[in-house]
Amino acid sequence: MDRKEFLITANIALGAVLAGSKVRAAEVNEKRELMGVLVDTTRCMGCRSCEYACAEANGLPEPEEDESVFDNERTQSETQWSVVNRYETDLGEVFVKKQCMHCMQPACATACLTKAMYKSEEGPVIWREKKCMGCRFCMISCPFDIPKFEYHSAVPKLHKCQLCLDRIRNGEQPACVENCLGDEALVFGKRSELIEIARKRIYGELGNYVNHVYGEHEVGGTGMLYLASVPFDKLGFRNDLGSESYPALTRQFLYTVPVVITLLPPFLLAISHATKREQGKEKSEE
Amino acid sequence: MNEKEVSVTGRRGEIVVKELIKFSKFMINELKPKGRLLTPFNVIAGSILIVAAILLAIRFTKGLGSITNLSQSYPWGLWIGFDVITGVAFAGGAYVLTFLVYILRMEKYHPIVRVTILNGFLAYVFYAGALLLDLGRPWNVINPVIGNSFGVSSVLFLVAWHFMLYMTAEFIEFSPAIAEWLGWRRIRKLLASLTLGAVIFGITLSTLHQSGLGALYLMTKGKLHPLWYTEFIPLLFFVSSIFAGLSMVILEGTISHKVFRNQISSEHRDSHNGIVFGLAKICAATMFVYFFLKLLVFLHDQSWQFLFTPWGYWYLLEVIGFVLLPCMLFIHGLKRESLLFVRIAAILTLVGIVLNRLNISIIAFKWYEPVRYYPTWMEIEVTLAVIVAEIIVFRWIVNRMPVLRELPGMGE
Repeated sequence: MDRKEFLITANIALGAVLAGSKVRAAEVNEKRELMGVLVDTTRCMGCRSCEYACAEANGLPEPEEDESVFDNERTQSETQWSVVNRYETDLGEVFVKKQCMHCMQPACATACLTKAMYKSEEGPVIWREKKCMGCRFCMISCPFDIPKFEYHSAVPKLHKCQLCLDRIRNGEQPACVENCLGDEALVFGKRSELIEIARKRIYGELGNYVNHVYGEHEVGGTGMLYLASVPFDKLGFRNDLGSESYPALTRQFLYTVPVVITLLPPFLLAISHATKREQGKEKSEE
Repeated sequence: MNEKEVSVTGRRGEIVVKELIKFSKFMINELKPKGRLLTPFNVIAGSILIVAAILLAIRFTKGLGSITNLSQSYPWGLWIGFDVITGVAFAGGAYVLTFLVYILRMEKYHPIVRVTILNGFLAYVFYAGALLLDLGRPWNVINPVIGNSFGVSSVLFLVAWHFMLYMTAEFIEFSPAIAEWLGWRRIRKLLASLTLGAVIFGITLSTLHQSGLGALYLMTKGKLHPLWYTEFIPLLFFVSSIFAGLSMVILEGTISHKVFRNQISSEHRDSHNGIVFGLAKICAATMFVYFFLKLLVFLHDQSWQFLFTPWGYWYLLEVIGFVLLPCMLFIHGLKRESLLFVRIAAILTLVGIVLNRLNISIIAFKWYEPVRYYPTWMEIEVTLAVIVAEIIVFRWIVNRMPVLRELPGMGE
């Protein structure tokens, strides 16, 4: 092999190694049929059955029954993983159920150094108690501020919606979906099929929806998908998160690491040797 | 076994026992405090430590919320933002100086390399160690170490591993001083031969984890104020760790020359000014680079609209008041050959680093949040205790091991 040939081969090999992981990541995402939930806010009546079902299924305290909970916007908490809020809009009251978005490429799972936050094969992002060391980097990274930490416990846990992974594995639906009293306000299924349903609803009832499925592209796509009659920023959704996945934000840095680890030490060693020889000429010692 | 062999083993045993007795006497003697116990510093330091011990007992029985203001919106507070993220930047002097002395072989800086390594090592042990206080479930800290759950895609995984490895590297770099203290000549020789390897390893690790601390914030895109969020945070953290570390070396040098006056040879005292001016030059140059990078990032991100808001003024204060101004002061001090200006510049630089790291980790983090985080007095108290504990251990070592002074016959 002459020098030119070698360089070409080396370049191709290097290119394949560097590009390889990206290609594989895309394939995996397409092959795996991840499960998700479509939330149609136009069909939600605000009965909060999903909240009670969630609490019961996950052993959390029963949510407050009073109507006044709607007076202020609530967030998820360590005792409530799923929350329905009421928003006053130009088109009247809109109820929105919010919980973990179950991102396709979750920031929390990427941030976690013990793999306690974990994207399951089925789609739900879950928290695994035995692995977590409580650093709370998942909370820092999550674009939706979902994970909640028990600040008043000596053995604190993290809390977030697990999309009832155990029930899914048993062939059941998540508790909130099963107990929803609305007319298909919550639909559980394969994410690709949910997007089809969402599109069908938007085009079938033109004017009833804004032409945007929240979660289809946000932060690289989420398992939870939302339909609404008013722009999403009126319903407490952030519209500034972009469509790039959050793990992609650290990819560049992480790719630099092996380069620095392999290139810097020999470079430093070389400088150190070069200066040593120079010094040897001036002084006889060393 | 015949009689002769028995007697030889017996005699050897006797020697070993005698050596052990001698060694333990030496250790007991060295462990005793030197000098008076009831000095004002000791009394204040002692009470800070006792209060912190009580607070930490509460924290580990009642949870983090019992003594901190941490919340669901602000999961990281003073203990991470200051102790870890700022503390590690301040400890950057060690890798820069080992680079100057062992890689570029600038003998001029040799007299301060050992004390800087010690400072760096202790800073990592105490400030990065303070991370354990902040962990909700510290008993699982072993998980990413023993390999039952490697979160290799996590920047924090990288930072945690680098902390551990770098502490080891710095310990090896410092170990000849321990061997000299114990009078172990052969072991000292062996340890000294490891220095260059440890230095190269240490510089590589530092490059990566100094920038890695910044990379922790790459995923806070929607939360950190646009004036501070940039994909160049890792690079900015790395460059600023150079002058942060060296400014700390200048400040520490000033203090140790007063406190440990008796330890320092007159020869070293004379060379000290030259060293300080040399470091000031590096500070001025890297600060200019840093300022320029900040400017490029600012233009690149097109965050003009934020400049004339309160956040913009706060940003300008950090970048102009505590980067450009101290940079100018360093240059002015160098021209005038004024130690005073250099020291003021170093102090302003350190304030600027505190501002920058706290802005990113706390102040400009979730800038839109109506309920803000501010530390409780108890969080500040524990932070003070961490600093005090480091100073006490530093003093203990400097008073015993050849850190500032040189041992006769042990020269390198």
